[in-house]
Amino acid sequence: MIKGSISPKMNNKMNKSLRRDISHIAIILGIFVLMILFFFILKPNYLSYDNIMTILLATCVNGLLALGVSFVIFTGGIDISVGCVMTFSSVMSGIALTKWGFSLPLTIVFGFLVGAFCGAVNGFGVTKMFLPPFIATMAMQMITKGLSLVVSGIKPVYFTSAPGYQNIATGNFLGIQGFYNAIIILIVIAVIAYIIFSKTLIGRFALAIGSNEEATRLSGVKVDNWKIAIYSLCGLFAGFGGLIMSSRLNSAQPQLGAGYELEAIAAAVIGGNSLNGGEGSIVGTIIGALIISSLTNGLRIMSVSTELQSAIVGVVLALAVYFDKMRRKNA
Amino acid sequence: MGNKVIEMKGINKSFPGVKALDDVYFDLNAGEVHALVGENGAGKSTLMKILTGIYSMDSGSIMINNNKVNIDTVRDAQKLGIVMIHQELNLMNHLTVAENIFIGREKKRMRIFLDSREQNEKSSEIFAKLNLDINPNIRVGDLTVAKQQMVEIAKALSYDSKILIMDEPTASLTDSEIEDLFRVVKTLRDEGRSIIYISHRLEELKIISDRITVMRDGRYINTVNTQEADIDDVIRMMVGREIFAVKQEPFTKENAPVALKVENLNAGRMVQNVSFYVRQGEILGFAGLVGAGRTEVARAIFAGENYESGDVYIYGKKVKIKNPSDAVKAGIAYLSEDRRRFGLALGMNVDENISMANMKEFSTLSFINFTKSLKNSQKQKEALDIKTPSLKQKVKFLSGGNQQKLVLAKWLSRDSNIIIFDEPTRGIDVGAKSEIYKLLNDLAEQGKAIIVISSELPEIIRICNRVLVMCEGRITGELMGEEIDQNKIMQYAIKRNISNGRLTS
Repeated sequence: MIKGSISPKMNNKMNKSLRRDISHIAIILGIFVLMILFFFILKPNYLSYDNIMTILLATCVNGLLALGVSFVIFTGGIDISVGCVMTFSSVMSGIALTKWGFSLPLTIVFGFLVGAFCGAVNGFGVTKMFLPPFIATMAMQMITKGLSLVVSGIKPVYFTSAPGYQNIATGNFLGIQGFYNAIIILIVIAVIAYIIFSKTLIGRFALAIGSNEEATRLSGVKVDNWKIAIYSLCGLFAGFGGLIMSSRLNSAQPQLGAGYELEAIAAAVIGGNSLNGGEGSIVGTIIGALIISSLTNGLRIMSVSTELQSAIVGVVLALAVYFDKMRRKNA
Repeated sequence: MGNKVIEMKGINKSFPGVKALDDVYFDLNAGEVHALVGENGAGKSTLMKILTGIYSMDSGSIMINNNKVNIDTVRDAQKLGIVMIHQELNLMNHLTVAENIFIGREKKRMRIFLDSREQNEKSSEIFAKLNLDINPNIRVGDLTVAKQQMVEIAKALSYDSKILIMDEPTASLTDSEIEDLFRVVKTLRDEGRSIIYISHRLEELKIISDRITVMRDGRYINTVNTQEADIDDVIRMMVGREIFAVKQEPFTKENAPVALKVENLNAGRMVQNVSFYVRQGEILGFAGLVGAGRTEVARAIFAGENYESGDVYIYGKKVKIKNPSDAVKAGIAYLSEDRRRFGLALGMNVDENISMANMKEFSTLSFINFTKSLKNSQKQKEALDIKTPSLKQKVKFLSGGNQQKLVLAKWLSRDSNIIIFDEPTRGIDVGAKSEIYKLLNDLAEQGKAIIVISSELPEIIRICNRVLVMCEGRITGELMGEEIDQNKIMQYAIKRNISNGRLTS
């Protein structure tokens, strides 16, 4: 295959770069496995079927948000609106179902569209209004937070009129006891996200923009349009999150939402994705989300208070990024 | 002549793949203005960066006041009284003049409170000595560039620097501002300070300098006393005698269709009334000094940057280009002078970079067709002989020459007909250079229209059928066949300066 003269040095370099890509996933997987072992040894119940399902269910909302926000992070951007956009989309679908009389399937699609629309507005702000991604999405965070409260009248919107809505997330998949639908939804959407990332132009251009936006533009790629598409995709994933969230609670809670975006970003970052963009992986993001939920779960089993759990997740976040920096330095 | 304050001997410096300085000599007397001249890439800035501690030399010795010294950091240079005034001024626009002058060495009262009154007074003293009217309490951002430069000079004097290095100080000044600057420079010289004066404007040197040192291709050529020197001689020393043996044949296919025609293009200050054409199969060169507006022309055509007015025709058809995407569709390719910044996604692999401009071709309904893309990349890799262990290799691990070929591969994948090369061999070692030249020739023979922007005159002469010379945003000359030689190009390139006779001493 390889033609022409290649110095041994170059071969060495290639091995290094290949080794790096593999080690990237390997390290976080290693951390994940060690952590699970740690909890398992202390509390063997940790790896019971029921608890595993609980952990996976707890991963769903954050996992979906993290998948979406990962695409934005690949471009070197950031989206801190996903938590509130998630809430807004679920509130809007609640309104559509109860006030406007939408059918259930239409309600669900409508929720997704609301999320994607918010994302598109973010993308518009970033590209056409030249807002820094942090500012554009912070504005969206405040807008959707406020609108959720206004539209709902600061009251939860219940989906009780639609029997079966709760089953979307908490029903058993194929009747398997304890295997929640939400889990299969997360798996399916993660696979779709992986395909979008590795097989389609969105993934390719997200990385290209993050790696070198100007070079991408000068290659004739319509960078603005792709960015709007990527932010919309992120909003769409927030819409998926909204569906799972509201289905689990059988209601849209307008006060919820804030804080979810940071946990999503934390999952992406623990998964080894650089906030500078240009590189990253969807698998990493999913493992990152799993690390957070299994860590929180383990701590809870060990009766660590919620407040302290948060502190420990913070430490893990800092350490994960530190190890990743060291890995890059050595490579 | 006074005694030597600086003597640099046998200075060598290499960067990966390039020998930047080769056994360079330079000396500076007390109380003189010593001009340092040479083409772009002659090694002037590298030498000065060594003197100011920004780079460290590979070998050689520096004597200051007849003592051997080590200059490893900018701080070392400052302690020795050497200060460089860079072309891009290093001032904080939001602070006042006095705050800028005393940055990092603030005058204090009772050790903690800033004493802006004393700072202002000290600054005023310096300005008074230079006979300048600058209010030390004004924000630097509100001053003209010329006054900002004076602030830099005042800052250097506040350190009591004995040696000032000025890099192209007149580049953005008006004639009357230049007169002020010269007056200040002369005041400093008469006080016994020494000034190293880097400039492209050769006619200025007669007025301001005492001696001139010429560098070329990283080597010391000669030092002459300005009074006895002839500017034409200096130009000859700068460009050198040894012109490449190979010279491009004049273009013979006179009736080949015109691929690109530009009429009265205006785009900002750097592109004024530019009109030219290039035929299919022709290699057209754009020569001129750095900052003459050549890159701006390319970017105005390719990306519509700063576009004001003018028409672009591709094969006789008028096109409107607002962004790179339009240009790519029209069949134009642009290889930037800074390929790492504008040409490549360094963190991505060879295949991803080669296919970047043509993803529509390599995808169906947004799904990437990897087989097709890899097949094309493999083809390009073989055609251009890109040395990479695999198509999955990250681009940042390739050498400069291979990176350049990669950018070219990107555009050839797109089958662009008009290719603009901006400094095609910058940062590429000599061996790879001739390979790039051969590629350019092959492409022209295949019927591509090629535009080459280059600051290296031998390169222009070697590869271009026809040469346009630019100076300060305008095309000042066109050369063909036998006419293309270094002296002629240089004369057109500094045309405005030579014809500008308003400067007086």
